[in-house]
Amino acid sequence: MTAAHEPDDEDLTARLVAFVGALRSKGIPAGTSETVDAAAVIDVLGLANRALLREGLAAALVRRGGQRDVFDMTFDLFFPAGVGISEAALAAGDLELDDLRDLLAMALADGDLRTLEQIAELAVDLLGEVGLPDTNTAGWSAYQTLERLRPQTLIAQILEQRGQGGSGGQGQNGLQGTSQFTDRLEREELRQAIERFRQMVQAEARRRTAEVRGREVVTRHAVRPGHDRIDFLSANRQQLEELRRTVQPLARRLATRLAARRRKNRRDRIDIRRTLRRSMGTGGVPIRPVYAKPNPARPELVLLCDVSGSVAGFSGFTMHLVQALSGQFSKVRVFAFVNAMDEVTDLVDLDETDLAGRIAREAHITKWHTSSDYGEAFADFAELFLDSVGPRTCVLILGDARNNNQDPNLGALHEIAQRSRRTFWLNPEHAMRWGLGDSVATEYAEVVQMHECCNVDQLTHFVSRLLPV
Amino acid sequence: MRRIVQHDRHRVVEAEWSESGASHESVAGDTHPSERNVVAVSLPIGQTVPDQLRLETDLTLDAELLHGMIVGMTVTFASPTDAKQRLARAGYLASDAVATTVFLAATLGKPLLVEGPAGVGKTALAQAVAEATRSDHEGAELIRLQCYEGVDEARALYEWNHAKQLLRITAGREESWDEARTDIFSEEFLLPRPLLQAIRRDDPTVLLIDEVDKADVEIEGLLLEVLGDFQVTVPELGTVTATQRPFVVLTSNATRELSEALRRRCLFLHVDFPDAELEADIVRLKVANLDKTLADSVVRVVNALRAMPLRKSPSVAETIDWARTLLALGADILDDDVVQETLGVILKHRDDVEKATAKLDLNTVLGGGSDDQASGA
Repeated sequence: MTAAHEPDDEDLTARLVAFVGALRSKGIPAGTSETVDAAAVIDVLGLANRALLREGLAAALVRRGGQRDVFDMTFDLFFPAGVGISEAALAAGDLELDDLRDLLAMALADGDLRTLEQIAELAVDLLGEVGLPDTNTAGWSAYQTLERLRPQTLIAQILEQRGQGGSGGQGQNGLQGTSQFTDRLEREELRQAIERFRQMVQAEARRRTAEVRGREVVTRHAVRPGHDRIDFLSANRQQLEELRRTVQPLARRLATRLAARRRKNRRDRIDIRRTLRRSMGTGGVPIRPVYAKPNPARPELVLLCDVSGSVAGFSGFTMHLVQALSGQFSKVRVFAFVNAMDEVTDLVDLDETDLAGRIAREAHITKWHTSSDYGEAFADFAELFLDSVGPRTCVLILGDARNNNQDPNLGALHEIAQRSRRTFWLNPEHAMRWGLGDSVATEYAEVVQMHECCNVDQLTHFVSRLLPV
Repeated sequence: MRRIVQHDRHRVVEAEWSESGASHESVAGDTHPSERNVVAVSLPIGQTVPDQLRLETDLTLDAELLHGMIVGMTVTFASPTDAKQRLARAGYLASDAVATTVFLAATLGKPLLVEGPAGVGKTALAQAVAEATRSDHEGAELIRLQCYEGVDEARALYEWNHAKQLLRITAGREESWDEARTDIFSEEFLLPRPLLQAIRRDDPTVLLIDEVDKADVEIEGLLLEVLGDFQVTVPELGTVTATQRPFVVLTSNATRELSEALRRRCLFLHVDFPDAELEADIVRLKVANLDKTLADSVVRVVNALRAMPLRKSPSVAETIDWARTLLALGADILDDDVVQETLGVILKHRDDVEKATAKLDLNTVLGGGSDDQASGA
């Protein structure tokens, strides 16, 4: 694949700046000094080797783990390996869908990444074209390509082929144990290879679309944001799964922060009341300050989670996070509701992938209908579980406050908030949508403090800054 | 001896310069520190002095006069490929990403911040860089600062040898206080700690600041000065500036967010588990007599384990340990018994072992061993 032209200096600088701008819009905060570093990197490495350039720019522009995916996707758009379709792919000539599937099966069986990349290119070119050419609907769709190619259906076929022809190769040392044991891994390895192929197709579709529609448009819409900026409400199953995997490291980071805050709290807090009282003896001049006694008791945490469909992802993530952080609190109790409240503390387990399903099966969270009703749930809680809230308890309510036009029952919420040390409401909806439609967020926000919590970033911020320790 | 350096913006800097003084101790004179750096800050770090700054023939503008601000990196590589080859010779098989970043860190003279899970060879990288530059220089020395909660200036930078100072004061009863004072705050009574040691060395140096995330936030402020300007101020002695720029590697396990200011000064490298091919090579490099097929299967199993949701995924160090164990046991092939017995080498939590056993079907196969033989045959 050859570049269309060697960009001159002006062009390159402008492109680098545009690239950094695109990264910023995707949540990688590269500053001017990083851009200067990146320019120095280009100067040192040259443009001859794209793989090296990618690593070099990543070293200068990316500042933390977990941003690399976003960087790679944007890099592919701004420094594409070529324009249009490559010579090699053209030379392959007219292929039918079945030929392509056969080729793919072979490449997957061999684990040959270079061939996979070429097949991805061909596949997007042959199967992925959408919209009318020369209009702003034109482009290439990875979804359409993968729907037609259906690589996941190839696994059985490849395994079968290996079973016939490949057993000799696998068991070449003549001992069956080896082939048997590692064979068990094959299905999983193939699944991973197909996942990689899927990503290649997506990258290729983005590259081709960027040629027609412009890099900025594609960056804005097609480059997925990093983990910490995925919107809880619009996240799909796969993204939620990814998020669940980040819970453990995130919890570890938050735990250090909470511990640091607790250490800081231990001293340096002046007890105003007692200082003033003592200042009476010195004519009202507070000469000797009195420091507050350290409070060794860790707070208790009570979580009230709406687990109805719309916010289940957010609630699930937060329940897992709180579970992982349970060492930081003296007691954690988790309650779930849709329109009836039930305790689910024992059901929350970090290894559980389908938390919402398990809660729905094993806990009593609905009454005679299945849509969420906050008022009813709060009334339930006030009646059954109010003794779990005490002066050391911090109550977190998770939900979008969409009450399906039922009575919000502010009184019950007020009662809970009164008994607790602090009560926070974390709302996964954007603040500008609060109070619209059947949302009673604004009414609840008058009773308890409500925080917007659309993504991991905001949740992290809340836990590390506001949560009492 | 007094030298005058003229800057291109016509600002004159005067510096008292003592010829006899130790080369790295330029005592803060009467000029303000910001004035003294005037020439240096207008130059890109790591470059030699351009000709237009050499104003008069006898006023040579050497690196020391500029308080070492213009210092070259002594640890250098010719290209990313060169870095890769030399690291390999030092026993560290680097991926392209690692080799490129190491090359850039050496060329651009920036510290290298390495993050990644435990056991992927972050610390080994620093050792390998020191080793790799050994052949063509006298030998790059590795100076290591291990961070922990509560590490402070006295542990990281320098400390006065109080006991020796007291001894010195008692020994010289006759002399005046002024004499004693100038004497006890001299070189002889200074205990340099890793950061100062690295800055004072004239030979190629690799400075490893290990597990920065374990240290308190305050120590980061200290590092900013050291890594930004490569100078350390000892109030009694003056500012000590590096005559050569050490190759700095910081490692972090990301238990704490490092400050933006520190991240900004570094090139960032995220080391992850290597791909299967590279890992197999690493295993065979570290465990010499290992059969190639066995190495490949070991890596495949470890990769499969990494795809599982475990509390602690096995990293490269565990893979190597496992390979060593298998070799010691004399196992030629991986079968269920061997895997079952040695799983404890790669997985360090009991529930992880249970989960892996379930996922790899170890129990079922062990239970029905004869069935399996039959179907295999």
